[in-house]
Amino acid sequence: MSAPKTMFEKVWAAHEVVPQTADTPAVIFIDLHLTHEVTSPQAFSLLKSRGLKVRRPDLTLATMDHATPTRTEQVFGGAPISIESAAKQIRQLEVNCAEFGVELLGLQDSRRGIVHIIGPELGVTQPGKTIVCGDSHTSTHGAFGALAFGIGTTEVGHVMATQCLLQKKPKTFAIEVSGRLRPGVTPKDLILAIIGKVGVSGGTGYVFEYRGEAIREMDMEQRMTICNMSIEAGARAGMIAPDEVTFAYLKDKPRSPKGAAWDDAVAYWRSLPTDEGATFDKTIEIDASSLEPMITYGTNPGMVVPISGKIPDRRGDVVFDAAMKYMGLTPGAPITNAPVNVVFIGSCTNGRLGDLQAAAKVLKGQRVAPGVQMLVVPGSQEVKREAEQLGLHEIFKQAGAEWRESGCSMCLGMNGDTVAKGEYAVSTSNRNFEGRQGIGARTLLASPETAAASAIRGRVTDPREFII
Amino acid sequence: MDPITVIRSRTVVMPSTNIDTDQIVPARFLTTTTKEGLGKQLFADWRYDAAGQPKPDFILNRPEAAGCRVLVAGRNIGCGSSREHAPWALVDFGFQAVISTEIADIFRNNSLKNGLLPIIVDEATHAWLLANPGVEVEIDLTNSSLKLPDGRSVTFPIDGFARYCLTNGVDELGFLLSKDAEIKAYEARRRA
Ligand code: SF4
Repeated sequence: MSAPKTMFEKVWAAHEVVPQTADTPAVIFIDLHLTHEVTSPQAFSLLKSRGLKVRRPDLTLATMDHATPTRTEQVFGGAPISIESAAKQIRQLEVNCAEFGVELLGLQDSRRGIVHIIGPELGVTQPGKTIVCGDSHTSTHGAFGALAFGIGTTEVGHVMATQCLLQKKPKTFAIEVSGRLRPGVTPKDLILAIIGKVGVSGGTGYVFEYRGEAIREMDMEQRMTICNMSIEAGARAGMIAPDEVTFAYLKDKPRSPKGAAWDDAVAYWRSLPTDEGATFDKTIEIDASSLEPMITYGTNPGMVVPISGKIPDRRGDVVFDAAMKYMGLTPGAPITNAPVNVVFIGSCTNGRLGDLQAAAKVLKGQRVAPGVQMLVVPGSQEVKREAEQLGLHEIFKQAGAEWRESGCSMCLGMNGDTVAKGEYAVSTSNRNFEGRQGIGARTLLASPETAAASAIRGRVTDPREFII
Repeated sequence: MDPITVIRSRTVVMPSTNIDTDQIVPARFLTTTTKEGLGKQLFADWRYDAAGQPKPDFILNRPEAAGCRVLVAGRNIGCGSSREHAPWALVDFGFQAVISTEIADIFRNNSLKNGLLPIIVDEATHAWLLANPGVEVEIDLTNSSLKLPDGRSVTFPIDGFARYCLTNGVDELGFLLSKDAEIKAYEARRRA
C-alpha cells in the first residue's frame, strides 16, 4: 500500500502536468478558471499582444461582481452606472468575453453573482478540482474539497493561454476543531477566532485543512464561510473533506455530473479525504465549544475579541496604536460600547441564503435604530430570488434596511456602495483594512446575527440577546 | 521584461506592520483596464489629503525618497487582496525591490512577475534597515546577496526558477507555452 496522503497531496498529484524539479516549479493543470471584470482586462490584453487564444473556454467562466452596481435601476436600466470607469470595465469584459469565446454571466443574467457564490450554485465547484480566480477569496471553493486559490492578473493570463499554472508545492496545515459551536455562535465566529489564534501571516506558505466535529456538522454554506477567510490568516487555500453533505448539495445542481457520470464522480470524491495516518507539516487545535460570538476591533482580521470582552490594551505596540488611532476606539473598553452607523450584510463570506435567514431571524418584527443605515445585499441573483420567495426581503425592508441586487457592494469601496469617513460599520465581509469600505471607514467584522443585532441597538450587540 | 542583475539604491523605509494591498492601491482605483500610471495612486490614502494634495510629511512625498528603488517595509507586507495593481503601482512609482521579514504569498508571486524583487531578510538585518532609513544598499540577484553600507552582506532566499527568469528577462508564459506537448498529454488522460 502506498503511504497515507493528505487530501491536498492527492489533489495536487492528480493535477501535475510536469512535476516540480530542483530547478523549476510544477506545471499544474487547472480544472476551472473563474474570472471577473476587475482582474481580467490586463490579462486579455496580454493574450492579444501575443496573438494567443483562450485555450479552454469550456473550463472558463466569467461574471461581474466587484465594480458592479447594486441599485436595480443601474443594473436593469433606467439610470446610468454611477461610476464611469466601472461602467467601462464592465463593457470591456463583455467585449473581451465575446472576442475570446468565454461564457459570461453578465450584468442582467439571472445566474450572475459574486464569483465565489455562483460557482457552487451552478455546480461547477466540485471536490478534487483545481480552481483559480483572480481574487484572493477563491479559497471559498475549498469547502468542497477542491484545491482553490487566488492568483494575480499575469497568472490569469497564463491560465487563459495554457490552462496551467507554475506553482511551488505549498505545505499543509491541519486546523483541528473539536467540540460543537454553542447556540448563537456561528462559523464566522469560529473562523475569526482561528485567524486570531493563527495570526494574519501564520498561514503563509500553507494550505489549511479544517477538520473535526464542528466542521463535519456544518452545512455547505457554513463550510464556505470558513474556507473563504483562510486567506486572512495568510493561507492561499483552505480545504474541507467532501462527505455526504457535500454530495447532497451538489446533486442536481445545473452543472453537476448527471446519471452514470454522477456515480463515477461520487466514487472518485469518496477517495479524496485525507488518509488515516497522513501527516501535516503543522497542526493547531481549537475547541469550538469554548467560543462566543466574535468581532474585530482593529484594522486586520486577527484583531478580534469575544463580544462580551474588552478591547485589549496594548498601548506602546505600534500596530495596535495605529489601529486604535484609525478606529477611534478606547483600549480596555468593552467592545459593546462601540457605536454603529452602518450595517452591511452580504459578501462572499456571508451573502448566502442561510446568512440572510439568520439575519432575518434576528430582525423580524424589529426596527433598525434611528440613524443607522443597513444594507442587505444577496450574494447572487439566485440567492436574491430564493430570499424573496421566503419573504426575507419584506422582513429587511420592514425593519428599515435596504435590499439590493447582488454584488460585492460594501465589501470593498469600488462600486458606489461605501461607508463614509469616520463611520463605524458592522460588516459581515472579510476585511477590516483601513479604507477597505471607503476612505476613512471603520469596519468591525462579525456574523450576520451580530450585525443584525447591532443594527437594532445602534451599538455593537451580542446577538444572543435576540436569538436564545 | 528587462533582465535584472544588480540594483544599487538608497532605501525608503515604511515601518508599518501588515501593509496590505488595499493600502498599496485602494480599491476605488481598480476600475482601470491598463497597468500604466498606477504609481500616482500608490499609497493614495496615506499620501494625499482629502483635497488630493500630497501630505508633505508622508515618506514618499519627501525629497529624500526621490529616485529610491528599494522599499523597506514592516513585517508581512502585501497581505490581503490578490490585486496585481499593487506591484504594478510600486513598479510604476520606480521601486525594483521590497524588503521585509515576511511577504505575503500572492503579492510575492505577483511581484516576481513584474520585475519587483521580494526580499526576505532576518530580523536583525531588518531591524537595522528600519533604524537606518535612506542608506545605500546593493542587491545582487546573481548570488542572492544584499550588501549593506557597512560592508555586511546577507543572502536572501529566492526560488531558482524565478531568479533565472528575472536575470535573463525570460517570462514564465513563454516557459508554460513550451510545455504544450505535456499539456496535451495531460488533457488526453485527464478525468472529463
Ligand atoms: S465580496 Fe468582497 S471579498 Fe468577496 S469577492 Fe467580492 S470584494 Fe472580494
